Amino acid sequence: MKALIKDIMAPAVCVIQKFRKETQDTFTLELSPPEEGFSFSPGQFNMLYMYGIGEVPISISGDPADTGRIIHTIRAYGAVTSRMMTLKKQEMIGVRGPFGTHWPIEDLVGRDILLVAGGIGIAPLRPVLFHILSNRTRYGKVLLLYGERTPGDLIFRNQIESWRGRFDLELEVTVDSAREGWRGNVGVVTTLMPRIVLDPSNTAAMLCGPEIMMHYTIQELTKKGLRDDQIYISMERNMRCGIGLCGHCQLGPTFVCKDGPVFLLSKVRHLFRKREL
Amino acid sequence: MTQNPVKLADEVVIDRDDLQQILDVLESDGYQTIGPVIREGVMVYGELKTVFDLPVGWTDEQGPGSYRLKKSDTPTLFGYVVGAQSWKKYLYPSVSRLWRSEREGNGFSVIEEKDQFPAYAFFGARSCEISAISIQDRVFNNDKYSDYNYNEIRRKSFIVAVNCTKPAGTCFCASMDTGPKAFAGFDIALTELLTNKRHFFIAEAGSDRGASVLSRVTFRPVTKDDKALALGVHQAALRQMVRRLNTSNLAAIFSDHFDHPQWEKVSGRCLTCGNCTMVCPTCFCHTIEDKTALDGLYAERWRKWDSCFTKDFSYIHGGSIRASEKSRYRQWLTHKLVTWVEQFGTLGCVGCGRCITWCPVGIDITEEASVIMQAPDGVSPSI
Repeated sequence: MKALIKDIMAPAVCVIQKFRKETQDTFTLELSPPEEGFSFSPGQFNMLYMYGIGEVPISISGDPADTGRIIHTIRAYGAVTSRMMTLKKQEMIGVRGPFGTHWPIEDLVGRDILLVAGGIGIAPLRPVLFHILSNRTRYGKVLLLYGERTPGDLIFRNQIESWRGRFDLELEVTVDSAREGWRGNVGVVTTLMPRIVLDPSNTAAMLCGPEIMMHYTIQELTKKGLRDDQIYISMERNMRCGIGLCGHCQLGPTFVCKDGPVFLLSKVRHLFRKREL
Repeated sequence: MTQNPVKLADEVVIDRDDLQQILDVLESDGYQTIGPVIREGVMVYGELKTVFDLPVGWTDEQGPGSYRLKKSDTPTLFGYVVGAQSWKKYLYPSVSRLWRSEREGNGFSVIEEKDQFPAYAFFGARSCEISAISIQDRVFNNDKYSDYNYNEIRRKSFIVAVNCTKPAGTCFCASMDTGPKAFAGFDIALTELLTNKRHFFIAEAGSDRGASVLSRVTFRPVTKDDKALALGVHQAALRQMVRRLNTSNLAAIFSDHFDHPQWEKVSGRCLTCGNCTMVCPTCFCHTIEDKTALDGLYAERWRKWDSCFTKDFSYIHGGSIRASEKSRYRQWLTHKLVTWVEQFGTLGCVGCGRCITWCPVGIDITEEASVIMQAPDGVSPSI
């Protein structure tokens, strides 16, 4: 893994090559990396600095094979991300990273893959799909379940529609609520579970979304025969440094920024959903 | 006077009146010597030019929520133990600027801070404090990253340890195996000895650098009687330490007693002021602050000590993970005594007692831990 910058606390200044609005509150930034290029593994994140406002951890949503661009898909929520939504092409932001653990795609060659995304959780899972689709023969059955709030909030909508046309990828989308005209499923992501068929002996699941969504998804997967050592989750905590020094992201004995964000569930089962830990 | 050079692990005797020579040699070697001095009624760490800057003839009385300096009837130089400050003040300053940035057209430039770090000599570090430094050495060199500033300052620093001869009421280093006598991590260790007739130090060379410094001061060989005297003093210090922490089953605090009613009870007293985290010599948490000039043309990033007792500490979109006072006290205590071990291979507590002394309501980590280690009904938990 190549670090983007030599001094990990000073951001590299990166130019925005493309700004694409995805939905009313999400957008994708395409940045040109510094001279040395940029490589990452799916599931990792960068610390993005909005000049004069602050810095936030944001997962990387691009194709890991593409070292010429850094791609982030962001939901505007706080001061930094809201200001980022007003960025334009040719403006610059600071980048530190990549940080954290990744989805273990290399270890899962030959396995069936289930991806479950809740909301913006689709962003850190998209690099997994890019990788699998570029190496399709190396994996078994591939399934993506994606839950969003409303049809208008669906991120990567065009891409998802084109992926839906593929015969080598099963893709199910659901929304919490919809108006007339939505012909898809309505309900939380676990309502998709009854219609999917898994081979529990050969499936690995990767989950990213709100903890409560992952919690209920894990329950359903357990019913379907998956063990905790077949399930990977991506956790979220307050992060300030990204390198396990500032202490903010502690989840019991783990530093989520350095030992996570991607964890094998069996390793953190005793910490997951522990109230106020 | 010609003397044989002092070698690693040698012990020599230095008279009280010759102790100044150590400071002089350190200065000529380019060190900025820091040691205990009195400011506004408390002992703090500050610049030390002569041994007269030390709190000569002072002692301290410490208890839960209480610290008093008192004149003692002896002219000892080190008749007190630790105060609120620790060497972390120098190794890991409470505020430091990481970089500056200037607006340029569509973008900005980042100018990294290129600090010049002084070589410090820490004169009078206690054994518990040296253990705390060795713990922070691991924190700032984790399995993946290391902190440049900390490691630069640390690499250059020189440590003169002082063995404690009179523990304070809040000390419990013996329980934590970190003192009261320094056993590692020093360049020189001093034991102060005062009899009716003599006032002198036994100095032990803990490193080649330390041996080199000692070789250049006036000393004489240590005698059997000197050693016996020192042993007696060390043993007396150990006997005087009344506070204990049972470390045999600390892990149960996290694994078995996460929902113990005592957490709620102690949170009724805890003010979540964060004093304990500021005075703790191992606490390392910090925050990152961005500052911007009003005209928006200039920005800075600073690192500042932070405390897990603030609500903001665990804030993510939607709210704080640890919203209740109870959960924040629990985070602090379980981090020190349990989860630290998995993170860094050592406990996060050295038994210096600062968190007890400087807690405004006198909460005692040893008491709380011992209550929580017992099941609520008083039955010891099974492991």
